[in-house]
Amino acid sequence: MAEKFKEQAVIIRQEEISYGIYSMWLKTERIAQMAKPGQFISIYCHEGSRLLPRPISICEVDRMDQALRIVYRVQGKGTEEFSKMRTGGNVDIVGPLGNGFPLKEKKAFLIGGGIGIPPLLQLARELKCEKQFILGFQDSLFLQEEFKRLGNPYIATEDGSYGTEGNVMDAIRENGLDAEIIYACGPIPMLRAVKAYAKERNIECWLSLEERMACGIGACLGCVCESKERDGHTNVNNKRICKEGPVFRAEEVEF
Amino acid sequence: MNTRVNLAGVTFKNPVMTASGTFGSGKEFSEFVDLNRLGAVVTKGVANEPWTGNPTPRIAETYGGMLNAVGLQNPGIDKFVERDIPYLAKYDTRIIVNVCGRTTEDYCEVVKRLATQPVDMLEINISCPNVEHGGIAFGQSAASVEAITKEVKKHAKQPIIMKLSPNVTDIAEMAKAAEAGGADALSLINTITGMKIDIRSRKFALANKTGGLSGPAIHPIAVRMVYQAAQAVNIPIIGMGGILTAEDAIEMILAGASAVSVGTANFRNPQVTMEIVQGICDYMEEYGVANVNELIGAVR
Repeated sequence: MAEKFKEQAVIIRQEEISYGIYSMWLKTERIAQMAKPGQFISIYCHEGSRLLPRPISICEVDRMDQALRIVYRVQGKGTEEFSKMRTGGNVDIVGPLGNGFPLKEKKAFLIGGGIGIPPLLQLARELKCEKQFILGFQDSLFLQEEFKRLGNPYIATEDGSYGTEGNVMDAIRENGLDAEIIYACGPIPMLRAVKAYAKERNIECWLSLEERMACGIGACLGCVCESKERDGHTNVNNKRICKEGPVFRAEEVEF
Repeated sequence: MNTRVNLAGVTFKNPVMTASGTFGSGKEFSEFVDLNRLGAVVTKGVANEPWTGNPTPRIAETYGGMLNAVGLQNPGIDKFVERDIPYLAKYDTRIIVNVCGRTTEDYCEVVKRLATQPVDMLEINISCPNVEHGGIAFGQSAASVEAITKEVKKHAKQPIIMKLSPNVTDIAEMAKAAEAGGADALSLINTITGMKIDIRSRKFALANKTGGLSGPAIHPIAVRMVYQAAQAVNIPIIGMGGILTAEDAIEMILAGASAVSVGTANFRNPQVTMEIVQGICDYMEEYGVANVNELIGAVR
């Protein structure tokens, strides 16, 4: 069993990198060393009225410095609280959680949409094969500089203000790209389109899903998704996104 | 200092248990909690066959609480007996199995299967608000509480705990009905039916529309109901509902609970059960309480 830890992490630095999108580096004791691309951490609020941890994907890990980076969007009161945390402050976290992306030596697409982009950055760092980054944004960009240092990102914006006008699938078509394996994280309509594209071309495809969670460690059965195979816990066709996921073979899950 | 409590002839090393459905069968939490330190692990509800549960979203946070509508997803008794009981039996803690069903026969089938298992007590869930058939339907009239208690008691080899719903007019009446049916103990409260609407999307936060409210928001209601039930019956009570700290647990014990279950707090802090065990010891030391049993129902 993969080891998980509860730690009090220290905030190394935090900045708003795009409108409502925050980047936070956290100093951890063990979580950063253990973390794999595509895994996530649970972050706990200080405010006592907010009981549930927020599951947030790991964007980058610095194993030397025992630090990890999260990039998240302010979505509600919990993430708003995180956005106000300052350097030197503490925050309770549990991790690393979930399975993460499998690292394969195949010509790859890393497809990210919006706040689904961050977990692909550490994946991009660790994949040693030929890789193409296809990133979809609503309007303003973030993390594109980091991806540029690792390759040539293809960018799509809904308003056409940068790169291809449209979505990630439009960017793939416009640039005539192809791949042998797909890793994707983003909104449900994007994941559906990626799944259909992969099925049509018979490409191996891995999708990272999200769902409202309570425990984050596989006990509460809050965050399930319909699966072809039976799940490891209940032996029904309902896999736990926090435990068997968040990364699934595309053909394995219905969403 | 004595922290041992006795419920229906079963002794527990301390009064701290896990609330059904928040702790699985202990395995997931064992990376954070030494299960040997708990009074008991109360397992996720198990039925006679696997249940897939409700559609998602199943979880929504509320101010000081949360709603859930998991719908008792569970692996069924076969898998449970094969995997979960042997896992828990390795630990030096008591095992209480929560039993759910759609019909009286379903409950009885599970209870019969558990008769030969190394299980200390059975908690009969007649109060889940999130399943259409069974669950709460059994727990909302005194006559049906008494009837199902009697049926289950006929087949049970272990002492039975009836888990009562707070979604009733008079909790004392339900407590008396369970006692009259032969219950050995009571658990209360299950969650309170609630609803949350997302005003931006104008949709229900839960796919099931309604869910069970738990967490500190319901704690005063739970304390009140435990008190009322304790005044009405002579069988022991396991108190639960929004216990987040040792102070909350002690309050519940003073109201009349012989033991407490910790639920939603496990999501806030996976190590909270151990901290509550320690916190009760600290309180006893600070206030010179030699025996935790002195606290049970001490406030009248």
